Amino acid sequence: MDDILSYPFFQRALLGALIIGFTNGCFSAYVVLKRSALVAGSLSHALLPGIAGGILVAGSLTAWSAFLGALIAALLVVLSSLAVARSSRLDQGTSLAVIFTIAFAAGLIMLKYVPVQVKLEDYLFGDILNISATDLWVASGIGTVTLTLTTALQRPILLTLFEPSVAAAQGVPVRALNYLIMTLLVLVMISSLQAVGCILALGLVVAPGATVFLLTNSTRAMFWGGGLLGAAGAAGGMWIAHWGDFRPGAVITILLGAAFLLAFMFGPRSGFFRRS
Amino acid sequence: MSPAHVSGHPGVGGTEHCHHCAQHHELQLRGVSVRYQKTEALTDISFATSCGNTVALIGPNGAGKSTLLKAIAGLVPRSGGSILWRGAKVSQWHREFAYLPQREDVDWSFPVTVRGLVEMGRYSQLGWWRRWRELDEKQVSKALAAMHLEGLEGRQISELSGGQQQRAFIARALAQEAHVLMLDEPFNGLDRPARESLSLLLRQQAAEGRLVIASHHDLNTVSDLFDEVLILNRRAVAFGPVAEVFTGANLSLAYG
Repeated sequence: MDDILSYPFFQRALLGALIIGFTNGCFSAYVVLKRSALVAGSLSHALLPGIAGGILVAGSLTAWSAFLGALIAALLVVLSSLAVARSSRLDQGTSLAVIFTIAFAAGLIMLKYVPVQVKLEDYLFGDILNISATDLWVASGIGTVTLTLTTALQRPILLTLFEPSVAAAQGVPVRALNYLIMTLLVLVMISSLQAVGCILALGLVVAPGATVFLLTNSTRAMFWGGGLLGAAGAAGGMWIAHWGDFRPGAVITILLGAAFLLAFMFGPRSGFFRRS
Repeated sequence: MSPAHVSGHPGVGGTEHCHHCAQHHELQLRGVSVRYQKTEALTDISFATSCGNTVALIGPNGAGKSTLLKAIAGLVPRSGGSILWRGAKVSQWHREFAYLPQREDVDWSFPVTVRGLVEMGRYSQLGWWRRWRELDEKQVSKALAAMHLEGLEGRQISELSGGQQQRAFIARALAQEAHVLMLDEPFNGLDRPARESLSLLLRQQAAEGRLVIASHHDLNTVSDLFDEVLILNRRAVAFGPVAEVFTGANLSLAYG
């Protein structure tokens, strides 16, 4: 069964899983520290109408139409929920929940009018074995941009995540950095679409960081450890999925979930064996 | 209401001398007002103090103690007035100001060790990209030693006692080479020994030429801990040396 590695499609899928898992895993540290898992969850649902809308406008499914559609839909959902929260008595969590479910439902309806023959399941749950060369380029591009920006700006980002108001008083452009992190979050989730689909994308961009968070006192370890865990989970999950003929997205998510559960149970600061 | 006892402070920190800075750096507030939406939190606050002092901000709940600290630190915008440090707008000097938040405002679960926290103090010296140097390492170690945190460097910040947590944040301010330390209720929740050691350390900072400003709610300890006091209730009721200003008459003006 090892000869599967000699097939170009499998090599490409494995490379894609590694890149996507690593990028998502690294970035998940910031999602956890910024406590924006809920926002990530609603973004993941907004990706579906974005992709469907992108196809309707562009006429076909290309990496670019998917990318732009998802980006616009994600921004619309987040910004409109902010607007609703600011101009009513609702908190942002509630308005997000209402708006992203509407967006997701709208996406389901739009799929009926999508001309290309694509299965709904591929949007929802990913199809990494069919990852195209373009998808791979998009994923590498997003990974490079994300990792470069987050490492170059790690000091101001760290200050912003820890104490936003103090950071602002020290001259750190906190608002700009928050927008940057949100934009990168959308990009990173779009890159994982191909691997695990829009629903499970949430797991990839939250679980690795959450797992390492239980084990470390260092943001750096959280960032790189999350990346390694994400990459290992994505590649390992794909392998097992191929071996047992499961859906890769599901196996990847379950592997990362298992790692989280182990960290929770046996980690030094939580679970059953907490040191007192 | 009158203070429990008004006595001279144990002259650890000279109130007039400044060993650290060559000149006498002055902090001046002129008619500072802060407005939260429709309510005026602070109105027309004016006072001047200089490095080498420990200054208490006291007043009843909601008097605006925290707000005033935050306004000086630049965390909340002023709706009027000006704040000068060394004769220039305070916003030009943010590197010289260190704000230490109230305990409840800190995310204690953040994955950072004591040493990591103190290293953050160097960021304002280093900027975003400058390489970490030997000097930075030295400043961090020096700050940790000054706050007696050796041996605790590897602890996550929630694994410290209340007094140690305050000292860790002061160490960060020292690593930043801050000249003005602004502390929001630093003695809150500390037991007596922790309070005494912290007060000694703060007086030491003043004696070395820093300006220490802290909001404080325990009237019984004001005269032990501070040189100067601003009695506050949305407006400045009185400002001056503790021995002169911390009187029953002034306190009843503020506390009603």
